Amino acid sequence: MQPINRMKIEFESKSVNESFARIVAAAFASQLDPTIEELADLKTAVSEAVTNAIIHGYEQQEGLIFMECILYEDSITVKITDHGVGIEDIEKARIPAFTSKPELERSGMGFSIMESFMDSLFIASEKGAGTKITMTKKFSKR
Amino acid sequence: MLEITLKRQNRVLTVYLKGELDHHAVSKVKETIDLQLVKMPLSQLILDMSAVSFMDSSGIGLIVGRYNKMKCLGGSMKIKNPGLNILKVLKMSGLSKLMEIS
Ligand SMILES: Nc1ncnc2c1ncn2[C@@H]1O[C@H](COP(=O)(O)OP(=O)(O)O)[C@@H](O)[C@H]1O
Ligand SMILES: [Mg+2]
Repeated sequence: MQPINRMKIEFESKSVNESFARIVAAAFASQLDPTIEELADLKTAVSEAVTNAIIHGYEQQEGLIFMECILYEDSITVKITDHGVGIEDIEKARIPAFTSKPELERSGMGFSIMESFMDSLFIASEKGAGTKITMTKKFSKR
Repeated sequence: MLEITLKRQNRVLTVYLKGELDHHAVSKVKETIDLQLVKMPLSQLILDMSAVSFMDSSGIGLIVGRYNKMKCLGGSMKIKNPGLNILKVLKMSGLSKLMEIS
């Protein structure tokens, strides 16, 4: 499948950028005329990945987060990358309700939400190097 | 910006939230509610979500945290009026087994 459009941004690891990132992704996806529910799902998944980069990847310290969005005829792929601490055990991290930061009242539902709100979720991570989340959502033909 | 409005009737505290409930917004909500919990004994905490336009799993963490506090204090917690997209996130978390969502 050929991409029909693509964009990439980088922004600082600050919690105020969580809404910035999900709004940008939704605005870009709007070109495909998704339903309101599809857009809401996309926003939630992007918010989860960016929040993880800030809280876990950079442990609320300084850092840069990269977001790339690729549009296809009827789907969007979003890649969110941080150069933070990385994930030691990805299988464990994906278990619903698992969190390494219960003291911050994290629910451990981020990856479960990304998985169920998007059509695919791929996690690449290396301890000490960072994490790259690649997720795709298909939009219904209208 | 998330707006927080508090209404207290006897031992029942209703918290009205307006805006987007993400990780950026939760710390202020948490502080505001927890301050009320130490100020005066409460039997019930009601979270009115009718004006919440967005919520992710940070909201779930906030709700579970307040639920546990209320339980410790011998009280209960309820969630009122979540929109469809909020309900979808709430359902994923199994919160409906812990408290009334209406
Ligand atoms: N970008 C990341 N960098 C490092 N660790 C991460 C990252 N994203 C997720 N994790 C790890 O995976 C766990 C599960 O993530 P998630 O399902 O979003 O739950 P939560 O954010 O509530 O802890 C986190 O607790 C953390 O240990
Ligand atoms: Mg998370």
